[in-house]
Amino acid sequence: MTNNTAAHIEIRNLTMAYGSFVIQRDLNFDINRGDIFVIMGGSGCGKSTLLKHMLGLITPKKGDILYNGDSFVNASSEQQDAVRQHWGITYQSGGLFSAMTLAENINLPLQLYTNYSKSEIADIIAYKLALVGLAGYQDYYPSEISGGMRKRAALARAIALDPEILFFDEPSAGLDPISSRLLDELIVQMKESLGATVVMVTHELPSIFDIATNSIYLDANTRTMIGYGDPQYLRDHSDQVVVKQFLARGIEPKKTTGEY
Amino acid sequence: MSTKASGFQLIPDTTDKISLVLQGDWTQDQQSPDFSGLHSALQSNASLRHLLVTGSDLDEWDSTLMAFLLQCHNYCQANNIDFKTQNLPDGAEKLLEVATAVAPHQRPEDAKKSWLVSVSPANIIKYFTSSLAFIGEVAIALAKLVAGKSNTRMVDFKTFCYEAGPSAFAIISLVSVLVGMILAYLGAVQLAQFGAEVYVADLVVVGILREMGVLMTAIVIAGRTGAAYAAQLGTMQTNDEIDAIITMGISPIEFLVIPRILALVLVMPLLTIYANLLGIIGGGIVAGSMDISPLQYIHQAGGALSWTHISVGLIKSIVFALLIAVAGCRAGINSGRSSAAVGQAATQAVVTSIVYLIIADAAINIISQQIGV
Repeated sequence: MTNNTAAHIEIRNLTMAYGSFVIQRDLNFDINRGDIFVIMGGSGCGKSTLLKHMLGLITPKKGDILYNGDSFVNASSEQQDAVRQHWGITYQSGGLFSAMTLAENINLPLQLYTNYSKSEIADIIAYKLALVGLAGYQDYYPSEISGGMRKRAALARAIALDPEILFFDEPSAGLDPISSRLLDELIVQMKESLGATVVMVTHELPSIFDIATNSIYLDANTRTMIGYGDPQYLRDHSDQVVVKQFLARGIEPKKTTGEY
Repeated sequence: MSTKASGFQLIPDTTDKISLVLQGDWTQDQQSPDFSGLHSALQSNASLRHLLVTGSDLDEWDSTLMAFLLQCHNYCQANNIDFKTQNLPDGAEKLLEVATAVAPHQRPEDAKKSWLVSVSPANIIKYFTSSLAFIGEVAIALAKLVAGKSNTRMVDFKTFCYEAGPSAFAIISLVSVLVGMILAYLGAVQLAQFGAEVYVADLVVVGILREMGVLMTAIVIAGRTGAAYAAQLGTMQTNDEIDAIITMGISPIEFLVIPRILALVLVMPLLTIYANLLGIIGGGIVAGSMDISPLQYIHQAGGALSWTHISVGLIKSIVFALLIAVAGCRAGINSGRSSAAVGQAATQAVVTSIVYLIIADAAINIISQQIGV
């Protein structure tokens, strides 16, 4: 990957462990500004755990995570909160507050971190919901809408503050192919218009090939990353059979005659 | 980076066409114009048919601009005005396209509920009929259990017995000793006026056995176990666990409710006996400090002790256990599927069980008065 822009997120020698059980060790990779970066790997390899480390929900056993060149792991919790203000995050099951309406969900970050007036916030909420195709759903509770709509509502909350980095944990899991495609398009459009960097955990191959610009593959057996690069390139040129197999949906890779 | 004041200009092109020229920075930190200003300007021009938004004078922009544009778009759509844009920044153009791709959803009217509706007679009747239906289902499930055709698991029953019983010892001990002491103080002060301090023992024994021991235990259990039942079942509802149980062909009443009810019905009388004992001891502690010797207290208390008093207390404990368990399980099973709904279910469980307890207590007292026990 040749990209001259400075890395937005850098992972340095990251080792993740629960107690003495190591999940992944020696992870080293950069995520560039404007990338759609996919973290892939088989079930149980630690994809979501890596994301939680990047979000600061779990402290790494060893190593560092840098945002814009500054260490996040060693930052004070106030500094971490300041960094987090520029993030939008959607969790695996949405993470919408079930006791609040969609409007109240989106209102929360706007009220906390902006100086918009009440009526301006209402306008922004209407706009964010319209962006994800949920115009008019302000007064609905998360339990009153479908799973796909909930995912989109979570995205609306994530983009409330026009974030620099968007994190997604399995955004299209449990969605039908059409909704999942629409969500992918939405992610790309958000990324382009906000100029954001996107980090997502997913194993939806169509999404990976459609939108990802860079990726890593975490291996559950060797407990480290064994692939790093554009997924299409990895599918055709990786020297790891597992990675090729993963990206080809388990079909044994054909012997390629070209150079690796 | 200097910021320029944001604003817009309306330039009429022809009688039915207006250009809306956006100027300056439209960002969060900037005092951006409100849509209401434009709204009234547009409304005053009845012949308006075309609105052209020009963005060539725009500098910085963020969601503030987008929210404004979306409102313009929606206004134009509602008033049959042709909405066009030119020279908007690329991102803004694209975002507007995405935001206007789906028409706004209109919430159906009947979905909005006023609080008046929730206390209407029809709803109260509905509450009672559904309560009766629940009790009926429980009765059917119990009959099935007796017939040996039930899906109730003994393992669950044992767990619930442990959770409701031994785990509650500490709090029950504290409450009943203190209640015994309170009764003794209350009685001692009044009886001392007649020089009849020794009858404090009678007062404590009768008061604890018939009333306070069982009632305090029930209130503690309603707050502790009843609320836990509602929260457990409510969370299971949220996690689709109850749906899973139903689709496995198992009745949630048999599987979830019956073991809880049976556990409480078994444990409550035992807890009541324990609470009675500690309550009488608590009364003894106070009596000891009031020049009544322990032997005198024990003798007097022994005289007041009767099987009638004990059994009235125990019958109450069984009735209370049923009420608490039914109120808790019903609130849980009927809970909504959000975190707030689970909280409401727990609250409802405690409030209804305490109301049930007091009513049942009064009823049992009146009945025992009538039949002379």
